[in-house]
Amino acid sequence: MSPQESKLIDIDEIIDSYPGRPEYLIFLLQDIQAAFNYISPEALALVCDHTGVPLSRAYSVATFYKSFSLEPRGEHEIKVCDGTACHLRRSELLVEHLERRLGVPAGGTTKDLRLTLDTISCPGCCASSPVVMLDEDYYPKFTTRQLDELLKDLEAD
Amino acid sequence: MAKASNAARPEPQRLNSVEELATLRQELLDSKDPNQAEIVVCYGTGCLASGARQVEAALKKALKAADMDVKVRPLIKTTGCRGFCSQGPLVVIQPEGIFYQKVSPQDAEDIVQALAQDAGPVQRLLYRDPKTGETIPHEKDIPFYKLQERLVLRRIGSIDPTDIYDTIAAGGYQALAKALTSMEPEQVVAEVEKSGLRGRGGAGFPTGRKWRGALKAIEKKGRPVYVVCNGDEGDPGAFMDCMVMEGDPHAVLEGMILGAYALGAEQGYLYVRAEYPVAIEHLSIAIEQARSLGLLGENILGSGFSFDVRINRGAGAFVCGESTALFTSIEGKAGEPRPKYVRSVEEGLWGRPTVLNNVETWANVPLIIENGGDWYAGIGVPHSTGTKVFSLVGKVNNVGLVEVPMGVPLGHIVEEIGGGVPGGKPFKAVQTGGPSGGCIPYELKDTPVDFDSLKAAGSMMGSGGMIVMDERDCVVDVARYFLRFLEEESCGKCIPCRLGLTRMREILDDFSRGKGSQKDLEDLESLAQAIKDGALCALGGSAPNPLLATLRYFRDEYLAHIEGHKCPAGVCKDLITYRIDPDKCTGCTSCARMCPQGAISGEKKKPHAIDESACIRCGICLETCEFGAVEVF
Repeated sequence: MSPQESKLIDIDEIIDSYPGRPEYLIFLLQDIQAAFNYISPEALALVCDHTGVPLSRAYSVATFYKSFSLEPRGEHEIKVCDGTACHLRRSELLVEHLERRLGVPAGGTTKDLRLTLDTISCPGCCASSPVVMLDEDYYPKFTTRQLDELLKDLEAD
Repeated sequence: MAKASNAARPEPQRLNSVEELATLRQELLDSKDPNQAEIVVCYGTGCLASGARQVEAALKKALKAADMDVKVRPLIKTTGCRGFCSQGPLVVIQPEGIFYQKVSPQDAEDIVQALAQDAGPVQRLLYRDPKTGETIPHEKDIPFYKLQERLVLRRIGSIDPTDIYDTIAAGGYQALAKALTSMEPEQVVAEVEKSGLRGRGGAGFPTGRKWRGALKAIEKKGRPVYVVCNGDEGDPGAFMDCMVMEGDPHAVLEGMILGAYALGAEQGYLYVRAEYPVAIEHLSIAIEQARSLGLLGENILGSGFSFDVRINRGAGAFVCGESTALFTSIEGKAGEPRPKYVRSVEEGLWGRPTVLNNVETWANVPLIIENGGDWYAGIGVPHSTGTKVFSLVGKVNNVGLVEVPMGVPLGHIVEEIGGGVPGGKPFKAVQTGGPSGGCIPYELKDTPVDFDSLKAAGSMMGSGGMIVMDERDCVVDVARYFLRFLEEESCGKCIPCRLGLTRMREILDDFSRGKGSQKDLEDLESLAQAIKDGALCALGGSAPNPLLATLRYFRDEYLAHIEGHKCPAGVCKDLITYRIDPDKCTGCTSCARMCPQGAISGEKKKPHAIDESACIRCGICLETCEFGAVEVF
């Protein structure tokens, strides 16, 4: 089975897991985003067929919420918390450092689709500020030097 | 969270009456061996970030290896956030309440051995009072806890939130039992009215009045009516609701069930922020378990009353914390607010009468029903009753979750419970109310923390974020930070918010570069007023607050930027210079190697210097230098 086909099967499974009503649009987009890391034009069209939502409105929803991406996101995601407590501990400098190192602005993905750089506002561990997350792992009280090491480990991975 | 409890648990069996709930609770209490120790590992986000998972794994391993009598083998249990996040990872030995702080996996062996040999606590892991220098073995004696009044948080840290039996043994669903057996729905509303409870989400609207309003709307429009929980806590630096949902999800559910009983609702919705996956997981588990015991769903506890809830995950939009935007989002649309000339209690979700309360508000309801509205009204101050949970963060020693009665002076929270600012200097200001709030300067530290006093001081209660700032924090930068946040989060539906915030941020950008005039300050104030008056929803309408509050108390600092071209706190990049103190520099070369601009030069073992024209003020040299030789002017 080609990857394309396997994707198709997965997406059907996702779509069939919700009743075909407009109120399930966001649920569907969330599951698709989680499964494929982005929402492709094809996926969006399938969701529209299923829920009866016009494409224009599905597009408006998909672009309104930050957790949806219409472009493929990186295999890994590095997130710098920019909540208030982290901001006071100069998390901005960590973001700028990553932007320089990775050559992408916050919210961007590296060309090789390896890494997406993003900021988040507060996952709720302010005692560890400034905090960085690589995928689901937390890195407390982070410094630029530690960031460099983390990136190095990731490259070697 | 892994299933932590290894106690023998009864198979979930539907409870068909309040009496069966009481019997189950008694059985659970009786089956508990009072001699069995529990090693409780805090699984709050703060402790997880500092390594609680590894500590738990090491404890399990050490316990397995330890040679001890099987009958007294301690249990390992993971709980929600204990609150004292800055001392994490936290481990507490129950039933004695021995409090271990900053525990590392290497400590696991000693913790287990101390228990196995009954050798008393591991001294080096005990909390040391910074004032007296003495160790304090018991959690309850530590000033951080002793000075609090933990009601909403009462079970968090002692129960396993993924085990409904633990909650039931600790008194969960007792309020529901009371309401179903001895109270008419109308009496439930009356108790909440009597309690004086005001909404914990920010605006402080009296909850009882909201419920009463919904009852009136139902008279006119009939049912269905919906109850909704706002778990879209989005204020950066605030995580109280997250910890309540994670640590005691049944408290939120029980509150909603009571609300549904009072209003005759059959369906409820929990709208939870996407960034809180653990909260979503624990709530989902709680819902399943409550359903299987007949505490949720059809014919609750055999009473004939039916109610169920569904979770809606947020999708990353701050504005969805606003009531009407939240409803639109549940309906599957882009979360844009609508004008509020019709109130949500009349026309909310799906156009039906709806009661929307925040997580902490719902979690207060069981307390009120169990103990009575009069009891609750006796806590706090007359117009702000009960307690409030705050997330105390920023430049304060004891970062964490704090619950105090309303009306406690701000300075008490920051200096006594919070242990003051690191280094012992007075704080500069405390930011409350997040992006919609303001700040209270040190001079007003005696301000009582209640809805009305904070508002009078130009700030607001908000949902409970309390961010302590010290002299190294710039108010222009903080105001700019909140504006940028809201500019980004503005849904764009109304012009005052969409364009007004951008213009305000641009003026502040200029200020941070030392550009601007008195005229700009006046323009800023008039623009702020226009946004307050003209924005569609509370988010836009309150967006100028952080600016106005900082301007009110720290006008001089704004003037220092635009007239003196200086950032007194040393934050605004265009107004600061990095320098190396030649007397402190050892010539170790580490800053020169780290500088991304190659702007630092000097010979080995000789003082280095920064080329100001090449410096981008990234701060890496300051972070790298181990000798404190890099200074900011």
